[in-house]
Amino acid sequence: MPVFNQSRQNVIRLIFVATFLVIVARLFMLQVVSSKYQIQAMDNAVYKKVVYPDRGIIYDRKGRPILNNTIIFDLMVTPAEIKNVDTNYLCNLLAIDTAEFNRRMKNVLFKNRNRYLASVFEDLLPPDMQAKLEENIWRFPGFTLVERPIRAYPYHAAAHLLGYIGEVDSAILRRSKFFYQLGDYVGRSGLEQYYESVLMGQRGMQHLIKDNRNRIQGSWENGKYDTAAIAGRSLRTYLDIDLQLLAEKLMTNKVGSIVAIDPKTGGILAMASGPGFDPNDLTGPEKQKNYAKMVLDVSGPLLNRAINGRYEPGSTFKPLGGLIALDEGVITPSYGYPCLGAYTACGKVIKCEHKEPGHAANLRLALSHSCNSYFSQVYRLSVDNAQYHGVKNGYMKWKQYMNAFGLGHRLDIDLPGEDSGNIPDTSVYNKDYRGQWNSCTNVTLGIGQDKMQVTPMQLANAMCIIANKGYYYIPHIAEKFDGEAPNDSLLAKFRERHEVLTHISDEAYEAIHSGMQDVVESGTAAAAKIPGINICAKTGTAEKYTILDGKRIKLPNNSMFVCFAPRENPKIAIAVAVENAGFGATWAAPIASLLLEKYLNDTLRTERLKEVERISSANLMPAYLKRKQFVEDSTRAYYYFNLTKDTGYLRKFYKDVKQKADSARKSVPKTIPQKSPAIINKNKYDSAGNKNPKT
Amino acid sequence: MNQNSPTISRGVDWSIVWMYLFLCVIGIMSIFAATYHEGDNVLQSFLSFKTDYSKQSLYFLIAIILGTVILLTDSKFFTATANLFYLFGIILMFLVFPFHSRIKGTESIIKLGLFNLQPAELCKVFVNLALAKYLSQQDTDFSKTKSQLIAAGLVLFPAVLSRLQSETGLALVYFSFFIVMYREGLPGAVLVIGFSLAVLVVATLLLEPNTLAIILTAIAIISIYFLRRQIKRKRKIFFLVMGLWVLCVGVQRFAVPFFFDHALEPYQVKRIYDAIGRDYVPKNQAQAEQVMKEEEKSKKKSGDDGNYNVRQSKIAIGSGGVLGKGLLKGTQTRYGFVPEQRTDFIFDTIGEGFGFLGSFIFLMLYLILLLRIVTVAERQRSVFSRCYAYGVAAVIFFHITINIGMAIGLVPVIGIPLPFVSYGGTSLLTFSIMLFILVRLDADRQMVLR
Repeated sequence: MPVFNQSRQNVIRLIFVATFLVIVARLFMLQVVSSKYQIQAMDNAVYKKVVYPDRGIIYDRKGRPILNNTIIFDLMVTPAEIKNVDTNYLCNLLAIDTAEFNRRMKNVLFKNRNRYLASVFEDLLPPDMQAKLEENIWRFPGFTLVERPIRAYPYHAAAHLLGYIGEVDSAILRRSKFFYQLGDYVGRSGLEQYYESVLMGQRGMQHLIKDNRNRIQGSWENGKYDTAAIAGRSLRTYLDIDLQLLAEKLMTNKVGSIVAIDPKTGGILAMASGPGFDPNDLTGPEKQKNYAKMVLDVSGPLLNRAINGRYEPGSTFKPLGGLIALDEGVITPSYGYPCLGAYTACGKVIKCEHKEPGHAANLRLALSHSCNSYFSQVYRLSVDNAQYHGVKNGYMKWKQYMNAFGLGHRLDIDLPGEDSGNIPDTSVYNKDYRGQWNSCTNVTLGIGQDKMQVTPMQLANAMCIIANKGYYYIPHIAEKFDGEAPNDSLLAKFRERHEVLTHISDEAYEAIHSGMQDVVESGTAAAAKIPGINICAKTGTAEKYTILDGKRIKLPNNSMFVCFAPRENPKIAIAVAVENAGFGATWAAPIASLLLEKYLNDTLRTERLKEVERISSANLMPAYLKRKQFVEDSTRAYYYFNLTKDTGYLRKFYKDVKQKADSARKSVPKTIPQKSPAIINKNKYDSAGNKNPKT
Repeated sequence: MNQNSPTISRGVDWSIVWMYLFLCVIGIMSIFAATYHEGDNVLQSFLSFKTDYSKQSLYFLIAIILGTVILLTDSKFFTATANLFYLFGIILMFLVFPFHSRIKGTESIIKLGLFNLQPAELCKVFVNLALAKYLSQQDTDFSKTKSQLIAAGLVLFPAVLSRLQSETGLALVYFSFFIVMYREGLPGAVLVIGFSLAVLVVATLLLEPNTLAIILTAIAIISIYFLRRQIKRKRKIFFLVMGLWVLCVGVQRFAVPFFFDHALEPYQVKRIYDAIGRDYVPKNQAQAEQVMKEEEKSKKKSGDDGNYNVRQSKIAIGSGGVLGKGLLKGTQTRYGFVPEQRTDFIFDTIGEGFGFLGSFIFLMLYLILLLRIVTVAERQRSVFSRCYAYGVAAVIFFHITINIGMAIGLVPVIGIPLPFVSYGGTSLLTFSIMLFILVRLDADRQMVLR
């Protein structure tokens, strides 16, 4: 047989082997040397799903949950799976029209660019709509109902202090050094924000397998790399939800605030701010709408006036003034002042409510009668104290006392965004009066006016210090949280006793206590009396002004009230401020009295329920707010009109512009021409109208 | 062995049969891994022959029965009918033009009831037989150019027909028979020239036309400089070099663009460009539209651009690592990221599931089979059997190289199956018939067949 070309078999073998070597070398490069393909395969097929933990629950002092989690449903749609859907029927159930349906479908497709991915068609379904959809969901292939946990407030109360949660924004992301991820919900105000680290829990991670169309196919590696979500820890608070509900009820249709603190612990028992809102309004299906409405309301329902409202304490300051003078030794409890209805020692006249001689014969009487002359004089004695050599040093000493009482600086309570109030420095007076001022210049500080401003929280805390005879705990809402480790420092500062004014003698405190008790027994706040309980209290009435339409007008006085009880063993200290409501004794005192009775006796006498009704049904919303709202709304409408040239923005204001303006003007009681050019906040109002300078 | 009863086992090379069976089983398993879905009732779907792996098993069964029948046939039958079969094959190929069914967009399939026949695939066996027959004829002197041309025509005629049916991959397979011709005396220069031509074509695609022309000119000038003494003695060499230079530049300048414009579909040109990693710029509107259309098609299938297949295939194989992810654990192959993976990209299942080690063993199995076939070929007494055996080796080799090369991104995407492993009845049966004829011929290796 032919033997020629025999050698070529080896060439062919060589070709085969060489080719296979090339393939094996390439495989070696792909599979062994290069590692990028493993990563790419992971990116292709493994979907890392974040599992959100349940947030912690917030309980009141008796273990009742006041902030809870609940589930609401979103309607999701997967465009690729839609088959024979009765669009009209679905639109009926959702209460939308077909055009809206088509618009949303287009939107979903545009946003996703993937027909196989589910996205939200309608979020946060109202319960009745959800029930109807649940029954009929089989009719709509491609549509599914998906659970979504949200916060719920079973008592519909304590909106301001509980706060709300919202999606993280880029600022929070950066501040957290990207601990949070886009789409996370974090506390944005109140306790939710302050105790975020406790309440949030720990995110879990699920590894799921997806196919080439991003459809989930099951878990990856049987969940070997999955981590479970750890639920947030629950918060136990001092809050008494019954007391809170009563406080909020009493504040309906009023602008102002109530703070109740347990002086023995600093625990906040109740904290209400009016006007308020139902916290559930900011979680459910209508949350965007409700939020927009509230944020544009000039009465400021979103503002927590307990820590953000600045008030002149008025006469409620007098016990503090008395204590300072006693401690400085410029007066004794038997010190008297011959007041005949006015204080004239400074040239200008400071009126007093009492004319009869002897109503300020000693400290106790002066306090119970709330004698303006007496405490003006006491203030001047304190700051003009000879041992400090000059009014400026004396004033600084007086300011030190103020700061010790917790006024003029933040208390550092466990809520974000607390206001510091205002106790001015000498530099402020030096600037205003070019250094030429004396104790007469700011003599009304002695009766809680002038530049002095406090928050209701500070006022209630000052009452705690008086009740405790010199010490206090920083007011706080949270008592403890579940699973608290011994070295958790979050609550440590609230458990520390601050002995700020314990150097003041017991006798001085007793003298003040007696005076404050007389306020209720025989003085200005007789309406607040509760049989069987010794209450120490002080009413206050502070003058208010605001700027409206470029004019400075005097508003009805703020009604203020502070108290603590029982005198022998204080269990609760309350501060109440009701704006533009008149005398302290008229509204603030009965409100505080009802709260005292509710807390100390655990219940209200039946005849007192009528009082609750009377107060809660009274509408004390300041009349000027209507005009302010109108000015705000129309200004904004004009702004948008200028942007869009759409007269629709303006039309509704033209229609009733005349009658609205008339009624607003009529309701404003008295206008005073603007005197001082120093007033600059013409269009910047603060919702309480509080920041206006005084004479 | 019982001498009296006619036994099929006498003389059979069992090593080839075992390797064949092993490869077929790997194939069925790979198809199973590629198409199985979590929760499928394996037994039920297997018995209903609805799934791809059960269908493939059925084809495997048919292939074994056919193989047994072939082993029972007399070897002389194949030499006697070789030319007849070739004629039959060519007629079948022609029948495709009027009778082809339009499935999968190809024009090469005749629908015969349940079975889809692809003559271009089957014809490989007939061409192999006919080529062996022609080369083994006593009056054939393969050292003559005329015989070489006849053999080449014999092989390339079905290739042209395949190309006319838009089966470029199968058309290219017929070129593998040049290995047989090389073994039988085709000058090695032909292969070298063929290889050089391939290099030139790739260089044409990779380099700017002018740059390449300058390089070629430089090579010519340098050659002339080094050969100046020989040129002085023999003028012919100078003209040879000049002629080669003209030829190369001609190929680079005119032949390749002409070939790409007229012989290949624009999408195929694009795939070639993809494989060498360059962007294809269509020359005119019509071409651009066709490429777009083709892209659209593959986009619908896979949701990405035309290069998507190869990229996903590389990810699948690359992510297998050294030891692989294990059977049914490959995320790429199980969740539809690799398109066409039961047929063209079946190697991905092995690469991802069993890693470098598994792939290496798998490749070695193929290599051993090929080398075994070469050994078997060389022990034949008759030229017919030897040529036929080389033909089998060449075809299988070509299929493996192109298919796996395509899966790992070495070769442009040309849809040809992996022998014995890829899903497809015609392909499995063709390769089985081919191999069993070889085993039959080898069993009679002492005989002289003509």
